[in-house]
Amino acid sequence: MNELPVLDDWLVHRGRFVNLVFMLQSGEKEWLIKLHDGAIESIQTGPFVMPRWTFRLAASSQAWEKHHAATPTPGYHDLMAMCKFRHLRIEGDQHGFMCNLLYFKDLIKALSGVMQ
Amino acid sequence: MSHIEKISGGYVHFDIQGQSHRVYFETAGTGPVLLCLHTAGSDSRQYRGILNCSAITERFQVVCFDLPHHGKSSPPAGWQQREYRLTSQLYVDTIIGFMQAMDIERPLAMGCSIGGRVVLHLALQHAEKFRGLIGLQSGAHVNPYYNLEWLHRPDVHGGEVCAGIVSGLIGPHAASDDRWETLWHYMQGGPGVFQGDLHFYKSEGDLRAIAHQIDTRKCPLHLLTGEFDYSCTPDDSRDLAQMIAGAHLKIMPGLGHFPMSEAPAEFIAHLLPVLQQFH
Repeated sequence: MNELPVLDDWLVHRGRFVNLVFMLQSGEKEWLIKLHDGAIESIQTGPFVMPRWTFRLAASSQAWEKHHAATPTPGYHDLMAMCKFRHLRIEGDQHGFMCNLLYFKDLIKALSGVMQ
Repeated sequence: MSHIEKISGGYVHFDIQGQSHRVYFETAGTGPVLLCLHTAGSDSRQYRGILNCSAITERFQVVCFDLPHHGKSSPPAGWQQREYRLTSQLYVDTIIGFMQAMDIERPLAMGCSIGGRVVLHLALQHAEKFRGLIGLQSGAHVNPYYNLEWLHRPDVHGGEVCAGIVSGLIGPHAASDDRWETLWHYMQGGPGVFQGDLHFYKSEGDLRAIAHQIDTRKCPLHLLTGEFDYSCTPDDSRDLAQMIAGAHLKIMPGLGHFPMSEAPAEFIAHLLPVLQQFH
């Protein structure tokens, strides 16, 4: 179990209707992140044998590194930009992700430390 | 400190493709008309920086209008019984109809995104009616990169998802106030309007086959594109500029898809040298 990152109260409020598990994938590394009322309830580190998740965000470690860089690179600076240029793949049931798109964009930024 | 901006607005009534419309416009300044066209799913508030820029309004009469369904312009009667779909001809007819209703002759027209695309249609169909054309974030075509159905379905909040879709199109260095003002406009769009505009932008309005027919000797064409735009990328605008003999292209470092709204001062610094050529 990973140490949980501290989320901004306003971010948690914005995600208050989010209750799901999603997978973050960076190259070969995987994390299962469980969200409850917008807060992170748990983060499990892979590899997993039979993981269950609602959606998965998968990119190379280099792509995530550019996404989280203090000086952003065009095409990597935003999740939808990464999709456009095929740096990021969003799989599974995307409904919760799209309903809370601004929340998830900021949540992924807050998870940069987890993806080291 | 309180103050009132030197902008006036009003409503103009005219027919578009045989149907009566009530269209909202704003204007400031004196001189040749600079007609400004907003992006998909937004409205003419995006041009607040241009309308308030004395370096521009001392030389041009800036005129902006909200497309029907957008901002303070009403949708036409019967809108509730059909999906809104912007097409090339509807967009061109709306602009020409507005110009006729407002007695605007040979303006310099500047459009962003869908507005940047439609200026290309204007160049092809009505070059003689314009002093010049400026395309912001202008490309001949944009490949879809997400399912547009997410933008208009009752189980997803349209305002939230539209703002979420476009938020990354804003350059990362934009000031927070301007970033969120730009997103607020998207959050206020009517149901299905952004999606309906994108029908023109991402499918029906494809100009790759005929953009080369634009004659810049009849009407000069300037293209300004933000570096961080991943909808109409700098490469999309470079491809367009290569298709059109005499087109001028400038890539704007650090800026995104909404230059006039996300970073007005930085954008105006790029725009003024272009405007200088038309005054």
